[in-house]
Amino acid sequence: MPRKVISVLVDNHAGVLARISSLFGRRGFNIDSLSVSATDEPSLSRITIVASGAGEELNQIVKQSAKLLETRAVFEVEPAQGVLRELLLVKVAADDQNRAALREISLIYKAKIIDLSPGSMIFELTGTPSKIDAFLGMLGGYDILEMCRTGVTALQRGARGYVLKERMLP
Amino acid sequence: MNGSELLVELLLEQGVTRIFGYPGGAVLNIFDALYRYQDKLQCVLTAHEQGASHAADGYARLTGRTGVVLATSGPGATNLVTGIATAFMDSVPLVAITGNVGTSLIGRDSFQEVYIAGITMPVTKHNFVVRHVEELAGVVRAAFAIAQEGRKGPVLIDIPKDVSAMPCAYTPLPLATGTAKRPGSPRAVARVAEVLNAARQPVIYFGGGVQAAGAGDLLLALCQKADIPATHTLMAAGVLGCDEAHNLGLIGMHGNLTANKAVHEADVLLIAGARLSDRVALNPAKFAPNAKKIHVDVDAAEIDKNVRVDDSIVGDVQEIFAQLLPLTEEKRRPAWAERIAAWKSHDYSPKDDATRLRPHQIMRGISRLAGEDAIYVTDVGQHQLWAAQYARHLRPRHFLTSGGLGTMGFGYGAAIGAALAACGRPVVHITSDGSLHMNMNEACTAVRYNVPVITVIFNNAVLGMVRQWQTVFYGGRYACTDPQRKSDYVKLAEGFGMPGFRCANPAEFEAAFAQALANARGDGPRCCWIECLIDKDEKVLPMIPAGGSVEDMMMD
Repeated sequence: MPRKVISVLVDNHAGVLARISSLFGRRGFNIDSLSVSATDEPSLSRITIVASGAGEELNQIVKQSAKLLETRAVFEVEPAQGVLRELLLVKVAADDQNRAALREISLIYKAKIIDLSPGSMIFELTGTPSKIDAFLGMLGGYDILEMCRTGVTALQRGARGYVLKERMLP
Repeated sequence: MNGSELLVELLLEQGVTRIFGYPGGAVLNIFDALYRYQDKLQCVLTAHEQGASHAADGYARLTGRTGVVLATSGPGATNLVTGIATAFMDSVPLVAITGNVGTSLIGRDSFQEVYIAGITMPVTKHNFVVRHVEELAGVVRAAFAIAQEGRKGPVLIDIPKDVSAMPCAYTPLPLATGTAKRPGSPRAVARVAEVLNAARQPVIYFGGGVQAAGAGDLLLALCQKADIPATHTLMAAGVLGCDEAHNLGLIGMHGNLTANKAVHEADVLLIAGARLSDRVALNPAKFAPNAKKIHVDVDAAEIDKNVRVDDSIVGDVQEIFAQLLPLTEEKRRPAWAERIAAWKSHDYSPKDDATRLRPHQIMRGISRLAGEDAIYVTDVGQHQLWAAQYARHLRPRHFLTSGGLGTMGFGYGAAIGAALAACGRPVVHITSDGSLHMNMNEACTAVRYNVPVITVIFNNAVLGMVRQWQTVFYGGRYACTDPQRKSDYVKLAEGFGMPGFRCANPAEFEAAFAQALANARGDGPRCCWIECLIDKDEKVLPMIPAGGSVEDMMMD
């Protein structure tokens, strides 16, 4: 199924995330990841959505998101023209036998070891989703104790690629 | 002044003279302000908040203005939800105002506290929680603008009790003179005109959006100039007069053969202010399979949502029709008209009966007696479709029905709201034993405000529409559709304080209805109930099963 990265700039109101989630829940959109962040403009937040589905379903996500009154801009970040990044934290069971091998993998992927405890270690890795997938693939043979990914955040290369809609809300 | 008085001033500023509501603890301050402003703003008290929400909706559907409903927190607010969802599905402009517990009590599961903003998020265009009285003016003004802007719909404003008591000042603001209507892209319009001009068998399929945009006259001009037949959804009955030669009547599941055939055989289908719902495009893959489909709608998200179309124009339908009309060539299409006439000649036609009441006869009798500017408000079920099929629809905004949500119990409240807006003109509330039992409590409201609402009850003693499906698709296993109620509608009507009639044949019905019309204009109780005994096996026909096409149409 095709995947899309959609950026939604929204008024930074209480409840705006609930509104977006309610919309996606109601419409049955399939969301792979969703991240919310501050932007250069304090009154705006950026919601980055990665969704997969048939072409028309993905268009509906864009159109329905655009209808929300808090939405000021919606656009697709084309992978070729965009920079996509995700942060991974993963805790792996590690002892004297496999610690060196794990370190070796992390060096190749440029993952940081941010915690080392007697029975485990935590890696931090930033990169494209596919790089993170690949790193996790390499850890497949080890005992992953806990893990979390932030979901994709993305920016279009070059000049600012969107125009803000006029503000509807007080 | 306090927040409540400011709220009332803001409603007056928006041109509101009447709201519908029900008091309660969290809105005591607001009702206290209403008491002081009662000469300028009437609050119509219903029996139940749901009835108030439907009344505000009916008021809005008839007038095109924004309806306003007011309820207290907790159960008052949740009782509005069905009404708000009904308005949302049919794109009716509505502002719902709820009280809430004071800001210091929010989030503590306080008495009658509910997060109504969260509950109504999926069924409103937008909603607001007003946490400071300074926000109130901006919120109320925005709510009215949003309700009317683009595709219309409901907006909710939740006001905690302490906010409605906070001291504040009112700074008047002149009312913005309507939002600018968005025209279609001239290139798209030119493209579409070209397709229409080249069409051999074009059809227009139009919906409630044409009514909302006030584009009925332009639609008629387009049909006549380019000789294009048109079929309407349930939401658009009356936008074209039923006598207009180009009007094919109702499309969809219970539409007629001619309209459905014409769409099926069309080479160009212009879809205007309609959303290709599952009651029309029952099988999206088989819908208008031969047609180049062009969709005109104010809501861009409707394009390609249910059915993929070949071209589209997004914008105000009235503006787009006005752009399209001069580019459309004057045409006659005799061959196409002949094919349509052939379908018409063997379309479904029910037989009259002089000894018992048949649904189509009741509807035709109502239309004959009530006259050309009759206002019809329906509940939901078989009677609703009979009303759509057999009433003489002659005016836009004169057939009010819950199309999208299909809310049984919509009718009584909506009829009362419509009657209050219609300033004395009679409103025919077409309902059934099933639907009336949902919200018959509003009878007390009809009597109290003495509105000319004639409630015609199609009593088949069963839950007819569901039963019809059980007959056709579930082997006649009538689970819970035979309620065996003993309700005496004549006594009930009298108990509420109005006359009740019972009729079993056309002569009795006509006498009762004529009396009801006389009452509606008289000095006594203007509302009444007329119970019509009909056979429980009467069906809504024709019928296309869910997921089917005109090829699967059942005619008996």
